[in-house]
Order: sequence, then C-alpha cells, then structure tokens
Amino acid sequence: MAVFKLWRKIRRTGRTAEPAPPRPAGSSCPKAAALSGSVQVRHVDAGSCNGCEIEIGSAFGPVYDAERYGARLVASPRHADALLVTGPVTRNMAAALRRTFEAVSEPRIVVAIGDCAIDAGEFAGGYGVQGPVADVVPVDVQVPGCPPEPAAIVAALRGLTGR
Amino acid sequence: MNRTASICAAVQVVVVVAGAPLLVGLMRQVRARLEGRAGAGISQPWRDLRKLLRRAPATPTGTGWAFRLAPLLLVGTSLVLAAVVPLLTTASPLNHTADLFAVVGLLALGTVTLALAALDTGTAFGGMGASREMTILALVEPTILVAVLALSARVGSTNLAEIVTTTLNDPLRVASPASLLAAAALLIVVVAETGRLPVDNPATHLELTMIHEAMILEYAGSDLALVELAASMRLTILLGLLTSLFLPWGIAGASLAALPLALAAFGVKVAILGIGLGAAEVFIAKLRLFRVPELLAGSFVLAVLAVASSFFLA
Amino acid sequence: MNVIGWALAGAGVLAGLGVLAAVVAPRRTRPAYVGAATAGIGVAGLVMGVAALSGQAFQARLPGLLPLAGVRIEVDPLGGWFLAVTGGVLAAAALYGIGYAGGGHGPSGRGVQAALPVFAISMLLVPAAASVSTLLVWWELMALTSLLLILAEHRGRPAVAQAGWWYAALTQVGFVAILLGLLLYAAHAGGDSFADLRAAHLSPALRGVVFVLVLAGFGAKAGLVPLHVWLPRAHAEAPSPVSAMLSAAMVNLGVYGVVRVGFDLLGGGSRWWWVLVLAFGAISALYGILQAAVAADVKRLLAYSTVENMGLVFLSLGAAGIFRAAGAPVLAGLALAAALLHVLNHAAFKALLFTAAGSVLRATGTRDLDALGGLRSRMPATTVLFAIGALCAAALPPGNGFVSEWLLLQSLVHALPAGGVVTAVAMPLAVAVVALTAGLAVATFVKALGVGFFARARSEAAGAAQESPPMMLAAMGVLAAVCAGLALAPAALGPALSRAVTAATRAPAGVVGGGVSLRLAGIASTLSPLLIAVAVVVATAGTAVLLRLAARRVTRRRSVALWACGAGPPTARMQYTAASFAQPLQRVFDDVLAPETDVDVTPYAESQYLVARVAYQARVSDRVEDALYVPVIAAARRLGRLGPVLANGSVHRYLAYGFFGVTGLLLVLAVTR
Repeated sequence: MAVFKLWRKIRRTGRTAEPAPPRPAGSSCPKAAALSGSVQVRHVDAGSCNGCEIEIGSAFGPVYDAERYGARLVASPRHADALLVTGPVTRNMAAALRRTFEAVSEPRIVVAIGDCAIDAGEFAGGYGVQGPVADVVPVDVQVPGCPPEPAAIVAALRGLTGR
Repeated sequence: MNRTASICAAVQVVVVVAGAPLLVGLMRQVRARLEGRAGAGISQPWRDLRKLLRRAPATPTGTGWAFRLAPLLLVGTSLVLAAVVPLLTTASPLNHTADLFAVVGLLALGTVTLALAALDTGTAFGGMGASREMTILALVEPTILVAVLALSARVGSTNLAEIVTTTLNDPLRVASPASLLAAAALLIVVVAETGRLPVDNPATHLELTMIHEAMILEYAGSDLALVELAASMRLTILLGLLTSLFLPWGIAGASLAALPLALAAFGVKVAILGIGLGAAEVFIAKLRLFRVPELLAGSFVLAVLAVASSFFLA
Repeated sequence: MNVIGWALAGAGVLAGLGVLAAVVAPRRTRPAYVGAATAGIGVAGLVMGVAALSGQAFQARLPGLLPLAGVRIEVDPLGGWFLAVTGGVLAAAALYGIGYAGGGHGPSGRGVQAALPVFAISMLLVPAAASVSTLLVWWELMALTSLLLILAEHRGRPAVAQAGWWYAALTQVGFVAILLGLLLYAAHAGGDSFADLRAAHLSPALRGVVFVLVLAGFGAKAGLVPLHVWLPRAHAEAPSPVSAMLSAAMVNLGVYGVVRVGFDLLGGGSRWWWVLVLAFGAISALYGILQAAVAADVKRLLAYSTVENMGLVFLSLGAAGIFRAAGAPVLAGLALAAALLHVLNHAAFKALLFTAAGSVLRATGTRDLDALGGLRSRMPATTVLFAIGALCAAALPPGNGFVSEWLLLQSLVHALPAGGVVTAVAMPLAVAVVALTAGLAVATFVKALGVGFFARARSEAAGAAQESPPMMLAAMGVLAAVCAGLALAPAALGPALSRAVTAATRAPAGVVGGGVSLRLAGIASTLSPLLIAVAVVVATAGTAVLLRLAARRVTRRRSVALWACGAGPPTARMQYTAASFAQPLQRVFDDVLAPETDVDVTPYAESQYLVARVAYQARVSDRVEDALYVPVIAAARRLGRLGPVLANGSVHRYLAYGFFGVTGLLLVLAVTR
C-alpha cells in the first residue's frame, strides 16, 4: 500500500532537478586536471554552525543534483580526492582535520566552503577557534558566502570535475 | 572445439569486466531518476575507476600481506567466476569446474579474503564489517545450497552447463512451483551477498550501519579501484547466474556465430534485473542488522518449499 | 610375511625401544628418543596402510599373547585406510613433539614419555584387530595411555586434572557400551573373531541393540553429541603434540568402529539405525561449530571444530547407510567414500592447526585469542601454515575440506529420486545442516586467523613472541604439503578409496579418479580442484600484472598511518576481539548457546551511588554439559551419600546383609528349580 502511494507520488513529482547552468570556464584548481569527470569528496565539519552543511546537503539534493557532474560524497578520506571543509577550525578539531587531510592520497584538494572556513567569519577570535582552514591545511578552492548558495558549491565542484 | 571454447570464455570475461561498472551506473541512474534527480550517467562508474587507477595506493602501517592480497584475490576470483558461469555460452574450457558448489565456494573465498583484510587493519570498523559479513555469509549458505538441491534434483547434475542446457530443452520447467520458489529464494540471497538494500546500504556514510563498506574504509587508489570493480563484477555475475538458471534463452552453445545474439540477450536480461533491483531500492529501507537473520530464514523456508515441491509435485 | 607384517613387527620393536628409552634416557634427551621411536611407529603404520590399500592383505594369529582368545590381526583396505591416516598423523606429530620439547617446554616425565610409544602402537593395532578381544584390549590400552598423556601437565594447572576426570569417565562409559555390544554379538555368534561375527545370524532386534550400543561407545570416542563433553576439555588441556594426535588420529577410530561393525560385520542393517546416525551426526556438526564460533580459547575452538567434522563424517555414514538400505549402492558407496575422504582431510588439516596453535602457545604462553594478535610479523611462517590449515578447515576452494564436502553434497543432492519419503525429508535437512555448518566454519576460522594472527598484538606476551624452532616448522610444513596435495590432486586417491569402500560394503565405490578432475561414476558431476586453483592463481597474478601495466604513471605505493576515523593513533585495545567478532552469531543463536553474563558492581562504602568497580564476565558454557551431565552427576552424588548409610560400620548390619542375602538366594533357587 505504502509502495503504491510512493509510486504515485514519484509519478506526480517527476523530475525536480533544475536544468544545468552553463559550465564555469576553466578549472578551479590546477590539481583537478587529473580528475577528468569524477571527484569523490569527503566532507569535514571542523566546527561550523551547520549552515554550510545544509547548503551542501541541498547541493547534493534533487534540485541542484551535484552528482550529475560527477561529484559523489564518500565515507572515508582514503576514498576521496577532495575534502570539503566547513567552519572555522576549532582547537578540538585541528588534529582531526590534519589527520583527515593526510589520509587523502595525492593529489589532494581542499575546498573551503563558507566565510568561516576562509577567514573564520563570524567566529574570528573566539577562544575555541584555532583559525581558518588555511592555518591547518593548505586550501586550494574557496567558496565564499555565509552560507554560500548551493549553486556556488556546485560551480566549485564542476570546476573540479570539468563537466 | 577447444579454441572456440577458449574464445567464448574470454569474450565472457571481457563482457563482464566491461559491463559491470555500466550495470552499477545503470542502477544508480534508475535510482536518481526515481528520486527526481538527473543522475551522473551510466558511464560514471567507469570514470571513477579510471581516475582511481591513476591514484597511488596506500598501505597503512601495521597491515600485512592479507591487506595487500585481498583486492587482487577478489578480482581474481571474480574473473574465474566470469569465465566459469555460463553467462553467454555453455562451452567453456573450465567446464568441469562449472559446478554450482564450486561457484558458491569461490564467491565465499572472495568474501573471506576481504574480511581477513579488514581484520588485518586492526581498526574497530574493519573488525565490525568483517564480523557482520561473516554472520550474513554463514546464514546465507543453507539457502543457497538447498536452492541448488531444488534446481539440480530434476536435472540430475549440479553442473551449471547441464542445468542451463536442460532448462533450454524444457522451457516449461521454469514455470514450475519449484523453480519459482527457488528463484525467489536466490533473489534474496543475491541481495544479501552483494550488500544491497534491505541488507546493506551501499551508499551509507554511517559506519555503524555499514557491512561491506566498513571493510574497505582503509583502501585507496588502485586498491580501491580493484575492490569496487570486483564488487560490481560479483553483482553482474550473480544477476547473470540468476538469468542463466531461470531465463536461459539466448545462451549460445559452442558456436561463435550465436555469440552476438547471446551478448544482446545477456545485456537485456541483466539490465532488466538491474533496473528492477535499483527501482526496488527506492522503496525499501535498510533492515536492522538483527532483523536480517529473519529475512534470511524466510528465504531458507522458500528454498525448502522449493525442494519439497520439486519432490512431491513432480 | 609381506610388507605389512614386517612393518607391524618393526612397529612393535620400536614401541619396545621407545619405552626403554623413556625409562633409561636422561631427561634432556628423553623426548628426542621417544619422539623418534614414535615417529618410526607412525611411518610403519603409514607403510602398512598404503600396502593394504594397494591390494596386499595380512593375517596373523598369536594365541599366546592374550589369555582365553589370543590375538588375531587382519589388515584389509578399510583398516588400511585408518592405519595410513593414523600413521601419518603420528609421524608428523611426533616429529613436531621432538622440536616442541626443546627449551624445557612440553612434558618430559618418565611415565608420560613411556606412554607415548604404547599409545602409538595401540592406535595402530585397533584398525588391525580381527577379533573382539583384540579390539577391546588395544582400545582400552589406547584409552589408558592417552589418559596418562592428557594428564601430563596436571601439576601446573588444575584444569588439566578436571579434563582428565571427564575424559576417563566418558572413555570408560564408552568402553562399557562397546564391551556390552560386542560381547552380546560374540555370545550369539558363537565365536570371537570377526569372521565368526560376519557369519552370525541374529534377530533384527538383537542386531539393533548391538548397533545402538556400539554407536554409543564408538560415538563417545569420536565426540558425538551428547557424549562429546570430554573433547573440548581434554584436547585443550593436553600438550600440543598430544592434542594433535588425539584430535587427528584417535577420534577417527570411533568412525572406524562404526563402519566396521555397522557396515562390515552387521552387514548394513535397517534404515532406522542410519537415520539415528545421520541425526546425531547433524546435531554434532551444528552444535560443535556453534560452540567453536563463540570460543575464545584457540585450542577449545579447534576441539569443537573436531566435534563438528566428526559430526559431518557421521552424517555421511548415516547417508551411506540409508542409501544402502534403500537399494542405491552407487550413492551409498559415494557417501561412504565422502566420509572416509573427510576423515583423511580432517586429520591433515586438524593436525596442522593444532601444531600451529601449539607453536603459538609455546611462544606466547597463552591460548586466549583475545590476548593474541600481531603474530603475523613475529611468527610469519606459523601464520602462513595456520592460514593454510584454516583455509582447508573452512571448506573453501582450493582447500581439501572443500573436496570432501563436495563429495558429500553430491551424494546428498542426487539422492532425491532414489529413496522414499524418509529420504525426501532427510536429505534437504542434511544439506541445510551441512551448508550452515560450512558457513559457520568459515566465520570461525576467519575469526581464529584474523583475530589471532593479524593486526597488532593485544598483550605483551604476544608482542614478544619468537618464531618456532626449525624442527617444528618442518613437521608443520610436511602437514601443509599433505593438505595441499590432498586439495589439488584428490583423484590420485581414487583407487585406494574404492578399495576401502568395497572392503566395507562389498559394493563398488562411486569415485573414479580421472587425472586432473574428480569424476563420479553414475553421476554427471565433475570437479577439478587443480584447475580451480590454477585459474585463481593465474587470474590474480594477471590482475597484478595488468594493474602494473595500466597504472605505470602512478606514483609508488606509500606507507601511511591508519585512518581509523581520525581519532588519533588506534591502540591495540581498540581492535575487535574474538568475543566481539562472534557477538552477532552468538546473538542469532542465543537460544542454543544460552550465554551467561555477570555484571558485578561494587560501590564505595560511603554511598551506594558512587561506583568503585564494575566487573563484567561473559561465558558460553557447554549447554549439553549443564543440561545433561550436571543433573546426572548430582544424582550420582546423592546415590553415593547412601553409601555411609548402608555401610555404617556396624558388624551386626553386615552380618544381617550376609544372612538375608544367602537365605534369599536359597529360597529363589528352591523355587525355580
């Protein structure tokens, strides 16, 4: 019964994904040349307020559908090519972020999502905050915004995959 | 004859290797479309594999030869299975090994090597994945072997080529209750062995819900490419085995001329099964780990009913 | 006197020399001399067995050796099969024992060392016995000497004495059952020798009674549930070379007894006998592997695995008997061949596993899997040898356990058209039991290998382990080579297996060796373990080569720290233990296993809400022991307390007993005459 209702809802809703915007020119990072259409990303929350996480969730959701450009979220940094880091790096998460970065095999790309990741944003100077992501691991791509729009996140990922 | 058989087996292997990531891509695409998304396209898994093959593998400190050997052995057993199971043709130089029990044994061997590699990492999640995988393997074995008994009882042999040929000569046998029940039981077995919903979610990120994924958390680069390729090959081979046992029309004999038709038939059948499986996954939620034995017990009951009906109704 | 006779004589001489060496030699060299003599006895047994299997026969009668009936010896192919298995295991285990004893390990007392050659020769003479009294004498001698060997280390550990008590009690119970059954048979047959027994005509009821008694007795030796409770204790507490001999050679003699009496002497019998055998075999197989799956002591795990494998052998025997009674001799021969082949395969891999476990025990001082680990780097050769044994024990291709299990499954799977309703119900259940057992065996040995040998050491003892001396490694290497040979070329045993099965059932066996593959007569199934193994090796190597070619531009493999979810360097304590590995299985089967957990909370004296200490203990005890033996032992104790009541020291009471006893007897005689 529930299956039938779900099937009817799927039929009614149809396709939710919006048509793909024009591809951003050039790649966002020179290291991304080797990726050629496929990037696996591992998300690390280094101390964010979760606003950026909601936007990343929307970016991989049905409306923006970042997967159609070849990006996929994975569970382990060993499976990943790129890290999506959100939030200012708190003191408690600094070592974990460093270890996660080192667990990614070369060439590794770090995408700093949101103003907090780029320059500690709202939380700059907080007693629990160590600093922006660039203080702990080298950053290759930045996506500014508080929080950045899903379209901007998707554009950054498209710059990595080249699709 | 021998050369034709070798060529047929080689074609089978190449088709399985090339087509397995496409099957996974197809299943992901079906899921995406049903969820209202656009999807990455059928060839995305091949792009992923190509990229992974170029990345450097990693050997964590404290691991040993079991960790290094597992991806190679997984792909090795999958290649042997692709050559042995009659997917496109019943003529294969490895015909004496095309016994259903040997196929089951080789599948188990692959799973065991991965579990040992997971234990070799010495992490808690590796041990957890290995422990859960072994539990499911143990509980799936009775269903597989009793279903094999149901299938081979009327044929008089457990040799796969014999079963396929007999079914081809007697098509109505497929619609018998024994056959249908065995097919249902083996479908649940395939879902359990390949780690699909509702037994295991292949796309989960929550380590405590992982079974297969937990065993491969430490693999990177070309090691990971081999593990992923082997997983998709096993899925293809198992779905192909289902079609060979229950829908064998199109499988060529020992002639090369019938191969293109066999290829097309195999592609269509496995694609349909894959689409069905992918679509079903949209509607099911993952079962709690300790509810999975109940599902497997249900499939065992189906298999026993298949045997009973093959004896009493024929 | 042919080869068999000379080998037998040689074995006897070596046994005498061995006992002499045990008594005379100094402590330091005692184990070496005795071990060499025992190895010689083993080789002699192997020679006898191979000669018998290639067609030679031998008979001897020594009237003076035993009072009343003398000793009758006859070696036929069935006995030869068991002689070969026993001899091979003895030779390898004795060599291993010589290496084990170096450096002060292992038993070196005079009594224990003198018992070893006597144990060896008595194990060889049981399959060669051709009369009831010969069989019983050597059987009891084997039991007594093995008891001495099990008790070798009783001064160091109290668990050994307990194991000895259980073993002695159950062995004697089994002996009494065999004694009753065989003497009943011999009394009605009018003679003591096996030839007389074969020619006897007994009523079906009497034959049934004899068979049940003999099954109980020999089944107790083989470890059939519920008479198995001695096996995990005795095999775990005995010194490791002795454990290997017990588990890989002695338990087979229980199988020999049932085959000899059931198939050969009684001539096949009724179907219900063999349904009983099948049922008990199935229960033993399942229960044994379940207990092994949750065992954390590696030798206890291996002992329960022996219970499982003997259960599978008895399941095959039961199937063979049922097929024979249903008039399908080809299938019966096939099932019996599967049973005999599994006896051989099990002996090979179980001896290898026990010797490897013994090496670990010797190097680390512990048998607890939860304290081992990391032995892969400290003891690399032992790890590889244990891995080979584990592959074979888990019945995975290309191991040898897979071949005998394949034979068994072929005989079960093709039985459906043959028999009636009983077969139709029993065969699918038997296949399901074999399958579940196989799956659980895979889980068990992945646990034993992965938790015990891989990853990092969980204790200092495991971290300080040293590789075993070369003599031990050589013995284990020989066993591993035998396992590999059995795994890859089982068809070579075809003629010998056929002769053994024919000697037992007088019907043709269904195994026809075909060079590279194993072909069955009358059934369209083939298996080629060699081709499978070669294919897997070629495919794996090919993958490695292709990978190297396809990824030439890739940077080399790098050595990294463990990811382990980024929580800092994982400690050895964070690894999965044997108990945690088996926890899902334990949970699924907790109705059968009935695990007990005990949580002990000690609060501070000041307030019961402040917890000072929490102690957690979990055990899985043997449920058959708790349900069956504990009440029986309690009842026996209560009965024993009647003793002081009946014999309270009063002379008047004793005189009264005598008076009333004699009066009553005279009255009875007067009435019945």
